[in-house]
Amino acid sequence: MTTLERNEKLIQLALLMIALSAISILAIITLFIFKEGMPIMFKYGVNKFLFGLDWYPTEQSFGLLPMIIGSLAVTAGSLIIGIPFGLACAIFLTEFSSLRLRQIIKPIIELLAGIPSVVYGFMGVIILVPFIREHLGGSGLSVLAASIILGIMILPTIISISIDSLQAVPRSYREGSIALGATKWQTTKMVTLPSAKSGIIASIILGMGRAIGETMAVIMIAGNAVSIPHSVLDPVRTLTSNIALEMGYASGEHRQALFATGVILFIIIMILNTIANATAAKQRTK
Amino acid sequence: MDNRKWREIKQQMGFLALRTSALIIFIILGILLYFLFVRGIKVINWGFLTKMPENGMTSGGIFPAILGTFYLTMGAILFALPLGIMAAIYMTEYAVQGKVIRLIRIGISNLASVPSIVFGLFGLALFVNYCKFGVSILSGSLTLGIMILPVIIRASEEALLLVPNGFREASLALGATKWQTIYKIVLPNAIGGIITGAILGVGRVAGETAPILFTAATFYTMKLPNSVFSEVMALPYHIYALMTEGSHPKEQKAIAYGASLVLIVLVLGINMIAIVIRNYYRRKKKW
Repeated sequence: MTTLERNEKLIQLALLMIALSAISILAIITLFIFKEGMPIMFKYGVNKFLFGLDWYPTEQSFGLLPMIIGSLAVTAGSLIIGIPFGLACAIFLTEFSSLRLRQIIKPIIELLAGIPSVVYGFMGVIILVPFIREHLGGSGLSVLAASIILGIMILPTIISISIDSLQAVPRSYREGSIALGATKWQTTKMVTLPSAKSGIIASIILGMGRAIGETMAVIMIAGNAVSIPHSVLDPVRTLTSNIALEMGYASGEHRQALFATGVILFIIIMILNTIANATAAKQRTK
Repeated sequence: MDNRKWREIKQQMGFLALRTSALIIFIILGILLYFLFVRGIKVINWGFLTKMPENGMTSGGIFPAILGTFYLTMGAILFALPLGIMAAIYMTEYAVQGKVIRLIRIGISNLASVPSIVFGLFGLALFVNYCKFGVSILSGSLTLGIMILPVIIRASEEALLLVPNGFREASLALGATKWQTIYKIVLPNAIGGIITGAILGVGRVAGETAPILFTAATFYTMKLPNSVFSEVMALPYHIYALMTEGSHPKEQKAIAYGASLVLIVLVLGINMIAIVIRNYYRRKKKW
């Protein structure tokens, strides 16, 4: 074997080792979270965890239902705000605006995706929360405040992925429709949007994942009370906030219960990703 | 004729709705950023950026928080970048492209979207408690590094896959070895995408709070960090703590405005560099 060949073999071996260690680090996280979180779920019953109403972690009462509902409530709220505005913006930019405008706005949207969540939370606390308190009542720290801020936060995700899938619709579809006498608006509504449907759905699901996983913005503006909200002005605590608020001092079973909260988050995200990947793949095969 | 007019009106209404929605978004964002800028710029001066906090967080500067964020970000990148790029090289250039590698890819892209607080949980359990690194720069950097590892692997892989196969074949046909081909042909052509991914990773790490909540950050420390085992102040955590802890909300809020503006300028600046570099390489691309 020449030196050159030996070097080649060595390099390949070294790269393999590094790749394996990177991948195993990532695998270990998954295993670790599940190993720490699963036993306590089985000890007290998965049902009690998922559907229990009482969260008194120091008295062996680990009901996560209020937090699960809290997460779902703010996520649903964020979608109600994020979907119409995000889609409108994406459709406007791809179908009805000039190339110049698009070239200016797309990087701006990408930049917005980079604003740290704690800054969104801060802006929520200083602008939105007082506004809600004065005009709508309550403390202001509420489902509504969290929904609005999260809705803004998921806009870049929805807009940029929707733009990509709208641009992937072949030009000939639009030309065919216009040649048949349809207006531009009809073409968008009846030809372009249905063709880009899977990509748009994928963008919404990914936005949803971002909203569910968001911690800092929500913790600052959602109020964090462990109770099931009865109106949009009530405070809620989400799964992510639950971890962030209590991990600092938790120990023993309390700590394990927080890992169990992490497991639930993990599983939700996995399910959402799988759906998003499947729908995105559907568009590609078309 | 009537029908055509109706269609025309519908189209105009549709346009209007779309344009208004797009406008509303930018107006809202504009207002938020304007607020932040106007109130933040009043607080910021040279002293604010270079001094220690004074009088129990009610005056003075945010220097330790800026320094802490710098250390944490550097640590995370030093850990994740070489590991991520080399893993990506192996996965795209050497590994057999079958079921196993596909499964690994799916796993990696799933991990890229796991909530950052879950990484914080992991970091606390593994680095702080199990490895006994304590609440420290080391624990925080490793946690942040692991969080962006999937992002860096994915970005590097994408960049490598964009290099046309013809380049590799031509190089091999000239008698170059595999590693020579990767080192001299593939990497130089993929470097733009890899750098962009890395810089975006830096931007993300600099702004993250949840992973360092229990692994690295502290609200107040009298001294600057002197080793990787020191706990540090960090900009994003500082903003959070100013708004939720302490006993002088009014004075703290003013500082939080300044700190938010500094953080946002820092992160957006980093991202802007990434976008500029990406556009530069896109234009330069030879194929």
